[in-house]
Amino acid sequence: MDVLSVRNVYEDAERAKDKKAPIGADVTIENFTDETLNAIDMIDDLDDLNRQTKKDLLKVGVDTDEKNRSGSFLQVDQSNIFTNNAMSNSVEVMNIGVALDKYKWLEDYIWNVVKPDADKYTAKTALREQKDGINSGYFVRSLPGTREVMPVQACMFIGEEGIMQTAHNVIIAEENSELHLITGCATGDDISSAMHVGVSEMYLKPGAKITFTMVHNWAEQVEVRPRTGVKLMDNSTYINNYILTSPVSTLQSYPTAYCDGENSRAIFQSIQGGKKDSIIDVGSRVLLNAKGARGEVISRAVSQDESKIYSRGHLAGTVPEVKGHLECHGLVLDDDSFIYAVPELEASSANLEMSHEAAVGKISEDEINYLTSRGISEEDAESMIVRGFLNMDITGLPDELAEQTQNMIDMSVEGM
Amino acid sequence: MLLEIENLAVEVAGKKVLKNINLSIGEGETHVLLGPNGAGKSTLFLTILGFPQYKVVQGSIKFKGQDITELTTAERVQLGIGVSFQTPPSIRGVSVRDLLKIESHQDMDEDLNPRMKELADQLKFSDEFLDRDVNYGFSGGEVKRSEILQLLAQMPDFTMFDEPDSGVDIENVELIASEIGTLLDKDKPQGSRKRSGLLITHLGYILNFVSADKAHVLIDGVISCSGNPTEILEDIRKNGFNGCVECAQCL
Repeated sequence: MDVLSVRNVYEDAERAKDKKAPIGADVTIENFTDETLNAIDMIDDLDDLNRQTKKDLLKVGVDTDEKNRSGSFLQVDQSNIFTNNAMSNSVEVMNIGVALDKYKWLEDYIWNVVKPDADKYTAKTALREQKDGINSGYFVRSLPGTREVMPVQACMFIGEEGIMQTAHNVIIAEENSELHLITGCATGDDISSAMHVGVSEMYLKPGAKITFTMVHNWAEQVEVRPRTGVKLMDNSTYINNYILTSPVSTLQSYPTAYCDGENSRAIFQSIQGGKKDSIIDVGSRVLLNAKGARGEVISRAVSQDESKIYSRGHLAGTVPEVKGHLECHGLVLDDDSFIYAVPELEASSANLEMSHEAAVGKISEDEINYLTSRGISEEDAESMIVRGFLNMDITGLPDELAEQTQNMIDMSVEGM
Repeated sequence: MLLEIENLAVEVAGKKVLKNINLSIGEGETHVLLGPNGAGKSTLFLTILGFPQYKVVQGSIKFKGQDITELTTAERVQLGIGVSFQTPPSIRGVSVRDLLKIESHQDMDEDLNPRMKELADQLKFSDEFLDRDVNYGFSGGEVKRSEILQLLAQMPDFTMFDEPDSGVDIENVELIASEIGTLLDKDKPQGSRKRSGLLITHLGYILNFVSADKAHVLIDGVISCSGNPTEILEDIRKNGFNGCVECAQCL
């Protein structure tokens, strides 16, 4: 089976290497250079990073003091320069290449919930693995029956101009375990142009729970194409929080959760702030494939300057007795800004319940007037309303993490 | 005079709503604005407050001797004007606590000051309530009490109240009236009152609890009658607002 699947991945990827993604601007991959694996030396301690990098990491929720963390992983360009796997007995954190050597069974999880031939970006990642042996990315696993409330932090950092960074991450929450991740992606201050492709595959065994909070802070000319698939088994819960409030060139992602287990539940919450001429295309998809499965997609988008935001959501119920709700709210701040909200509900079975609400508009004049009548200037009133609008209550995190996450959101929306 | 409105005409969306309004309110005075629905009472309030939709096409508004006709709302409020709205909007993600800090000129990073906490307690708000998004899912009474609490944080020199008692149950009307009294220096002897106010009231019920020095009746965008509040109310109760149209001599 192993040999066959390896060859299939290679062949599938080879066939798809020029396949455009169904949505999002087409990026010419050839404009970016491939970095060699592990070109950068490992560091012994996150504290060894320079001050600016530490600051960049902190902005995306990665704490170099590793306070209140259960593990750390840092990839710079194509090099895994730091891993801390010694902080918790409940979770394992390692480079995906190391994990593949250690666990033969991991092959079964690779390219399973994200397909190598999905588009040219997944194909490129797969081909680099298959042809060049570039196994970059992280492997995080929570052991059966464990509950680690402190999060694992993982960071993808681009430090070299003009490169294409690829990563292939696998996250597994074993039966009845709870796992929390904070992942941040950022670019160095001197980077103007680069590309990032991150393939993430997540598996939730029966009764497991994963919360995955991701903060992006890219540079203005960076092309970003994350590809995420999540497989949920019986009674498992997946909570995805995504925050982007800084400019980017184009970003397109459409993470998909497959609720294949009975009573499984997937929640996607996202905060998108479009600035300058960013083109942000973020969706969330939940396929409700088993009895009692539930899906929720909640997004808040604010578009300013000449940014364009495509805010998508797709719920598909394929069996009876499933429930889904989609909520998409957008604020358009300038005449040159743009929001396109695409909420989709798809029901292919009777006796299921799905709903959506979407509202896109400008800031309410009544709200501005109300705040100015308290002595707040119109400009400050507007930014208060925008911050309040974006600052949604994130649900489903343990208390310890909820506060930290709230701080991360506060920090991200502060600049809006 | 604290507030002087001269010969004011106001348009909203191209339609003339107020005509030839003259109104002066001195330091320490409380005036009442009466009138049927649609007469322009709220328009006059919001024009004094300076909301952009209300275009002054004639006349002027002076506050503390300064012409404020062209000032923004925030600038007027900073000069010492405050208002409680009848039906304020709810704002997601903006808490009562945040507003109280801004209104009482506190640093946002500090804890709410003890004076404000005490006032919140007086107005029957729990500490948790202060973290709620302002007006979001508030009951009618909670909206009114929150408006009054915010004014107590500001302590304006001139406060306008738009129907402060509507939708409030009897026992809370007295509470609200007593706080309005604080905002209008009612606890001080008449001669030494500094703060002034203008109350919009439809039925005048609040006047059983808050004393007023003068009443004005606004009908069809014109002040048709000004005078002693008790007498005017008596008259309206007997003859309706039509009586005021006919009674031009009480001007």
